[in-house]
Amino acid sequence: MTQEIIIAGFGGQGVLSMGKILAYAALMDDKEVTWMPSYGPEQRGGTANVTVILSDNSISSPVLDTYDIAVILNQQSLDKFESHIKPGGLLIYDPSGIHHRPTRDDISIIEVDAMTATIEMGNPKGYNMILLGALIEARPMVGIEAVLRGLKKALPERHHHLIPANEQALRRGMELVKQA
Amino acid sequence: MNEEVRLMKGNEAIAHAAIRYGVDGYFGYPITPQSEILETLEAEMPWETTGMVVLQAESEVSSINMVYGGASTGAAVMTSSSSPGVSLMQEGISYIAAAELPALIVNVMRGGPGLGTIHPSQSDYFQATKGGGHGDYHLIVLAPATVQEMADFVGLGFDLAFKYRTPAMILADGIVGQMMEKVVLPPARPRRTPEQIAKQCPWAAAGKHKRQHRNVVTSLELDSAIMEKNNERFQRTYAEIERNEVRYETYFTDDCDYLMVAFGSVARICLKSIEEARKRGVKIGLVRPVTLWPFPYDAISQIAEHVKGILVVELNAGQMIEDVRLAVSHDLPVYHFGRMGGIVPNPLEVLNAFTQKFNL
Repeated sequence: MTQEIIIAGFGGQGVLSMGKILAYAALMDDKEVTWMPSYGPEQRGGTANVTVILSDNSISSPVLDTYDIAVILNQQSLDKFESHIKPGGLLIYDPSGIHHRPTRDDISIIEVDAMTATIEMGNPKGYNMILLGALIEARPMVGIEAVLRGLKKALPERHHHLIPANEQALRRGMELVKQA
Repeated sequence: MNEEVRLMKGNEAIAHAAIRYGVDGYFGYPITPQSEILETLEAEMPWETTGMVVLQAESEVSSINMVYGGASTGAAVMTSSSSPGVSLMQEGISYIAAAELPALIVNVMRGGPGLGTIHPSQSDYFQATKGGGHGDYHLIVLAPATVQEMADFVGLGFDLAFKYRTPAMILADGIVGQMMEKVVLPPARPRRTPEQIAKQCPWAAAGKHKRQHRNVVTSLELDSAIMEKNNERFQRTYAEIERNEVRYETYFTDDCDYLMVAFGSVARICLKSIEEARKRGVKIGLVRPVTLWPFPYDAISQIAEHVKGILVVELNAGQMIEDVRLAVSHDLPVYHFGRMGGIVPNPLEVLNAFTQKFNL
């Protein structure tokens, strides 16, 4: 089983760290994994994306032309990646950054209003974890236990006190998908 | 989960591997896309544990000359940079080669020429393999394709550099420097003691002690007759390296009708296009040179005997293709596909280029 995933949005939305925590979760589950960021000045604004590949087998190319799953956080990224989702694939997007909704009818599309949820929770830094929760609920490629262990591994110890708030956000994201 | 398996960037893997190998000194100047090497070394503070020196020099010229000085004493020393910075180092690299000193230089290539972009490239192939500095010298050039190889080639590079008393280079690209994947770091070992260094490096300028003669490390020899003898000795070393140290990997070459040749992370992109092509019934094989110098001419030559054509894929305008053409002695189409300036082709683009070049 291989999952080829693109996560894309604005720099600062937590795109790279969402991918990183997913990658660490895959590590915890003994899967093969690659995490390939778009690197450069994007972290100061502009679009950022990361390709994460999870597999039970060894992974060839870390660079892809099509994806099983796209997690999309802004219009530019939707415009860029919607047509690159494999037929039968999955698109998760946050409507708050989207003016023109996706039009594909040969993929599954889940709208996750993570922006509203993160404001309601009063936890703006949990934004990307809501989306990660949504992702692992929609496609259970790794369990939440693995994600929590991954978080512990990915975060320096001085930030471990933030893990409960992140867990809350993850579970909220899972709930949002269950309700969708 | 195996606790030894970690997730990290290729650049970080190089830093950790250097500490574990027992490297004595790192001298460098930050530049994207390899700054994590210096950053990781600074964060790990190996001077507190192994005693390894980590120093941010004021420039790449200083870095390489600090490497020259350190290597002269038999120390295991290294530097890292990216393309424009490595250009600045070329004089020092030539001196280190001429002084027959072991050292490790890491180039995580970015798009050039000039200051260029910060994104992945392989356009320093000529510089690395054909002698970027002046004079008849070679570097042993290792081209990693995985984060694991980024870690492993630190030790391999130093082992070869000390074995042959010649500098080695890890020629990586921004992809393998910046991507994270699983890695098992080499076991940690202590740095060599001064006695061990003296025994391993009897040529080192590390104090005269009870020896009759002084060890002199220099690249200068004003007597041309002696300088020619020196050159002949260098060439004998290079010939020995060419005999013993060619490394490459082959994929699907037993039954292939066509061949791709690519190095570094581009080889992995090619592998995915080859997997797709095989689903369509087109049998392509892949040779991935692991040492770019010495180059696997014989391996490519043998496979070329039974294929209809070769596509060389590189992040440049066509550099390694010259060595592939040298390996092919008969009339065989050898084409190139490359992207430049920091653009990385995806597997579909490579496959489309392949079908277009061979009219399939």
